[in-house]
Amino acid sequence: MKGELKELKLTVNGKSYEFKVKPKTLLVELLRNELKLTGAKIGCLDSACGACTVNIDGKAVRSCSILALQANGREVITIEGVADGYKLHPIQEAMVEHGAIECGFCTPGMVMSARALLGENPAPSQEEIKEAIQGNLCADEGYVKYIEAIEIAAKKMRGGN
Amino acid sequence: MIADFEYFAPKTVDEALSLLSKYKEEAKIIAGGQSMLVVMKRGLLSIEHLIDIKGIEALDYIKYDEKEGLRIGALTMHRAIEKSPVITIQTRNWGTIGGNLCHGDPAGDPAPVFIALNAKLKLASLGKERVIEMEEFSQDYLEVALEPDEMLIEIQVPTPPSHTGTACDKLMVMKGDMGVVGAAVSITLSPGDGICKDARIALSNCASTPLRAREAEKKLIGKVVNDSLLVEVGEVASTEATPPVDVHGSAEYRQEMVKVLVRRAATKALERAKAA
Repeated sequence: MKGELKELKLTVNGKSYEFKVKPKTLLVELLRNELKLTGAKIGCLDSACGACTVNIDGKAVRSCSILALQANGREVITIEGVADGYKLHPIQEAMVEHGAIECGFCTPGMVMSARALLGENPAPSQEEIKEAIQGNLCADEGYVKYIEAIEIAAKKMRGGN
Repeated sequence: MIADFEYFAPKTVDEALSLLSKYKEEAKIIAGGQSMLVVMKRGLLSIEHLIDIKGIEALDYIKYDEKEGLRIGALTMHRAIEKSPVITIQTRNWGTIGGNLCHGDPAGDPAPVFIALNAKLKLASLGKERVIEMEEFSQDYLEVALEPDEMLIEIQVPTPPSHTGTACDKLMVMKGDMGVVGAAVSITLSPGDGICKDARIALSNCASTPLRAREAEKKLIGKVVNDSLLVEVGEVASTEATPPVDVHGSAEYRQEMVKVLVRRAATKALERAKAA
């Protein structure tokens, strides 16, 4: 039947959840409306701005561009699940210290794209960093600071200074 | 926003084909959904029954052997293809190669590349399979040669003949963006005299489908290729293009860029053919 609720099981930020959702529900709607995780922003809702980026099974994916049901059985990490309690993730720390923040709207998406990148490539080149965040638009054009902060975070995570 | 639909997530190709044969025109397949959800959000597509095939693991593979050539499962993700040692095209973590081709967008990158590579597509319906040329798959803007009960299973790229070089290039507003126009070129040389034995040129965003520039190909075949011939080839390809007009470029601008991109891609393909 059209619109019939479907069962959905997934983990979000390490916690297991079960939902009954309308098939048309987008992942970003589930995260924001049901789980009240409002860190993933709705900028364009059109696969263009990247402000809704989350990590699914470690990869950067736009949560406005997949159905919630397509995350069934998968592990979702949102910006709320990146820090360890009050201890910021090295990417967040580097962005704060390096001033890689403008208005902040694109920041959660930038962090999630950077997290996915560093998860698979601990020592990315500047080009690789640019490629990783090329799907994240910053209306303030704060890209240089973001790129530098991600480099600093990568270094820190590898155990350097 | 998106209208309600019924949702299925089959785990096997047969399950998916059974659903397709049951619902036919009322059903639509979603894979990664990276293009389709955009179309759905704009209200251009409303669906009764949505068949989500992303979970069919059997269609996620990249295989190569010399005899069969390259075989890519329809649900292989762009990112996996990019990272695979056998081929490079583009990036995306969720979108699938088959979904991209079935979306039928003339601005897409993979279709012209596959046309230049002389690829074929394996399509299946319940109990039936057929193989068609990539070139014949695109019918019109966002329309492809799939019957209502059919789905794309595999992309087959033959091993190129010896002394073949291929290359593609596109004009982008922003790196990683869709091409304003693009070109993919394959050139095969005959080894002794360096004469062009075969050439395939395909353009993106130059017509309502990915466009094979056959007149431009004819210019190359049977000749020793040099820079001035490649300039001419670009000019001929440009006359075959009837590009769309939008904020990223007028038709005239795109036609000019076809000249440049065909020449660039062909120059690179030629270098590679000589080195092969």
